[in-house]
Parts: sequence; C-alpha cells; structure tokens
Amino acid sequence: MTDFTPTEMMTIAAARELSNDDVCFVGIGAPSAACNVARLTHAPDITLIYESGTVGTKPDVLPLSIGDGELCDTALFTVSVPEMFRYWLQGGRITTGFLGGAQIDRFANLNTTVVGPYDQPKVRLPGGGGAPEIASNCGRIFITMALSKRGFVEKLPFVTSMGHGEGGNTRERLGLKTKGPTRVITDLCILEPAPETKELTVVSIHPGVGREQIVESCGWPIKFAETVIETPAPTETELSVLRDINARTRKAHEGTGPGKEAA
Amino acid sequence: MARILSLAEAVAENVRDGDTVAMEGFTHLIPYAAGHEVIRQGRKDLFLVRMTPDILYDQLIGVGAARGMKFSWGGNPGVGSLHRFRDAVENQWPRPLEIEEHSHAAMANAYEAGAANLPFAMLRGYIGADLPKVNPNIKSVTCPFTQEVLAAVPAIRPDVTIIHAQRADRKGNVLLEGIVGVQKEAVLAARRSIVTVEEIVDELSPPSPNSVVLPAWAVTAVAHVPGGAFPSYAHGYYPRSNAFYLRWDEIARDRESFTAWIKENVLDARPEDFARYAAQTSAKVA
Repeated sequence: MTDFTPTEMMTIAAARELSNDDVCFVGIGAPSAACNVARLTHAPDITLIYESGTVGTKPDVLPLSIGDGELCDTALFTVSVPEMFRYWLQGGRITTGFLGGAQIDRFANLNTTVVGPYDQPKVRLPGGGGAPEIASNCGRIFITMALSKRGFVEKLPFVTSMGHGEGGNTRERLGLKTKGPTRVITDLCILEPAPETKELTVVSIHPGVGREQIVESCGWPIKFAETVIETPAPTETELSVLRDINARTRKAHEGTGPGKEAA
Repeated sequence: MARILSLAEAVAENVRDGDTVAMEGFTHLIPYAAGHEVIRQGRKDLFLVRMTPDILYDQLIGVGAARGMKFSWGGNPGVGSLHRFRDAVENQWPRPLEIEEHSHAAMANAYEAGAANLPFAMLRGYIGADLPKVNPNIKSVTCPFTQEVLAAVPAIRPDVTIIHAQRADRKGNVLLEGIVGVQKEAVLAARRSIVTVEEIVDELSPPSPNSVVLPAWAVTAVAHVPGGAFPSYAHGYYPRSNAFYLRWDEIARDRESFTAWIKENVLDARPEDFARYAAQTSAKVA
C-alpha cells in the first residue's frame, strides 16, 4: 500500500460517495476535487454542475473558481445564472449537493459568513453564495472539510446554510422534503447524522487514526456509532488519479499569468 | 440607441456620484477596464451591486469609492478573502461600508425581477438560514393559491449596469458567449448601461438563433476595450489569469502595497493597457 496524506484520504473517501447516477451541484475547493476524482475513477457518467451555469462539465484540471473557462469548454451546455438557480436547483433536478464550509456544528449547519457578531465581525468571511438554497433544494447533501476544533464548533456564530437545524425533525417542520446532509467526510473519519436526533456521529474511521485523535479534534463531545468501520485505504488507482489532477491543476494555475503585474 | 464611445466618455456620461452601480460578470467577462476608469474619474459614494464581488470590487472598496454593497459572495474565488473588503467591514478603512447581503439564488431572482419590471422576486429560499435576521430586505409572501410561504426580495434596479462582452457591431448590438451569468438581466434591469467589448465588427453574425444578444436599443453605450476583462477572461479571446488572482492575495493584504498598486496600475494607467495584459496571458497558455 502506498503512503497517503489525510487530505488525500478525505478527498478519496468523499469521491467514493458519488455514483454514475448522481446529478451533483459542486462547491469549489475540496468538493470539486472529490467530484472530479469520482468522475475519473468509478463514476465516469456522473453529471457535475457548477453554479456558474455549466452543466455536465468534465474539466481536465480543477477550476480555481466556479466559473473557469475549462468548465464551460467541457460542459454539455451552459445556462444563465438565474436559470441555474430557478429551473435546475429550485426545480428539484439536482440529486446531490456537495459543500464545504468554514465552520460546522453537530447538526451539520454551516457557517461561511462571519466569526463574531454580524454587525461587528472579528472575521468577515465571503458569505453564503449558493449554499443556502443548495442545502435546501438538493435531494441530499454531502459535506467535506477537515476535522478541527476551529471548524467543528459547539455553537455557530452564524447559520449560513441549514443542515438539520436544531436536530430531530427540524427540516420536516420547516416544510422541507429533501434529506439535508447525509454524510460529512473529514480527513480523519466519516460522520452521519444519527437517525432520530440527527446529531453527527462517527461511522467510519480512516486507517491509522485513533478515536482519541477524533475526540480531541472536534469542538463538541463527539459521539461514535454502535458499529464503526475502518475506511478502506485509497487504492493505487485512486491515488494516482488524484495526484495527477492535482499536478495538472498546479501547473495550469501557475502558468497563466503575465510577467508584469497588471490589472 | 447605443452610442459607440471611448471608455472615458462612456463612464463620464453614465456613471454619477452616488449611483447604484452593477458591474456584473460571474467569474467570466468581468468589466475590469471600465471599473478602473470609474476609479480614475474619481466617482464616489457608489452603491455597488454584484453577486460575486471579487478583485474589481475589492479595488473600488479599497480606494473608498463605495458607500455600500449588495452582494451574495465576496471572496477571491479559490484563493480566500478579499482583504480590502474585510478591512472596510472589520475596521471601516478607508470608510465604513454598508452591506446588504443575500444568497446567489435571491440575487439572481432579484435581477430577473428587475429585468421583468416587477417590484420584487420570490423564491423558495433562506430556509433555516440566519440572513433574514440581519437583512431587513429579506421578507416573505404567501402564495394565494397554495398558501406556501416563500422568500421575497426587492427587485434590483441599478442606475447603471456595466458589463464586458465579446463583440458588438457598428450599430451597437452586443453578443455574449460562454458563462453569461446575470449580465443580460443586469443590463435590462438598469436605467443606463455600458458595454465594453473585445471587438467591434461589421456583422455581428450570432452563431446561433438562440445566442445571447443585447440589441443596440437596449444598451446606452458601447466602448471598444480589447482585453477589458483581464485578469478574468473572455471566452474565445484569452484565458483567466489564475496566477494574478493568486497574486492579488499578497498585493491587497496591506494598505500600502494596495495603494501603490492602484497608483501604478489604475491611476497612472490607461484602458489601452488591457490589450497588452490579455495578450501576455494568451501567449503564456499557447
């Protein structure tokens, strides 16, 4: 078995969650890497959609932004942004939304807006973008982010997009028929909402990771499911696909700049 | 009817102090050259509108041209924070910035409502999210047929919308291709509009009967500015300079390096410089 980093394990574990039948709304960064590894390994027919309006895109390098030319060049078709959000997302055509975030709580609510009070933030983050409606309108949501005390917090300063709200049947009470977050893939383990309470619970631990490490990396007292399995290690194929696309991406992004500082 | 003007004339005639201005472009076709002209002409107290304010709005905020901003995602895509935007919100430098924050879905709907001459937009949105608690412009309506409660936001009606496009003909008809974002809606929602283009051609020759065309009678001014979307890109002309987006993080991180950069590359520069920047990007890729 080849050595692998926790981040590689996270991306590959996230990729495995996707199948050929998914129509997936892809967030930028870690979700985008996972979705494209899935497409280049076990799910060649997956439909990847980016909020810039590109549908059925097959990028050769990972986009830096959600609207890189690569996405449009390789898409089946490209629509306007209002059409994207109205017909395709709100219309209920997307099976899976794949999100990342700065902070998450035990009910898989996400914050990408502010740290500190909204009016006088300690840190102003970019904001929600498409996430509030992706989280409510996609059939189900996967979330991928590294497990850390700063990221996995007891209480969010701001709920940018709702996962399971206050837990239990919050989503149903608010009239939602979609499932919300069903899997959270981190660099140490995979979490699932518990069936009744919807509290995120460890169901799979990555190879070489101990329970203590998970407990210490989480900002709330994290629970483990009754049966916890070990995540299968990345295969040679998975690793080489991921490393190849990362290498192509680095080369491409460094290569397209003018010599002089401009604009 | 669109007039074909120099960029300086188009901005001087159509952008006024205090205006609500939308410079749209969803990663693609961002009107950088026009935004820089707005800075050079010293426009102030602008209320900026854009779904994805990125580097260009970071520059406008950093020079103090904006009194406020309506937006749905304010970051350097794939890179991180907009440091000038953060400095304005966190430290009120160089001046306080009033913000009105939405989701992408709400902004897209609000532009469409503006284009459709409706007073507001509705969507199934913001469910369980905190933005409605901090933004009084997010309200709700009840469907008169099903009694479903939906989110409502006011239509976006800019005083002026500024976009960049691939080409125009000599009458001022404009063609956009690729990731077209909300530009058509943003132009149709505005009182006035400026379109900068890569090329002005004799025949527009839209590639498909369904191409995105803004007719001359729906546009106020067209200016020929090759490379005008750099460091974003123009589909079919030059690629995005991801390297510049990465480098902006360093430039904008402190006030001095930002101010020096603005002097050299905006205040002391001209619209014609953009053709050279974009050509360099294309050459590196080829």
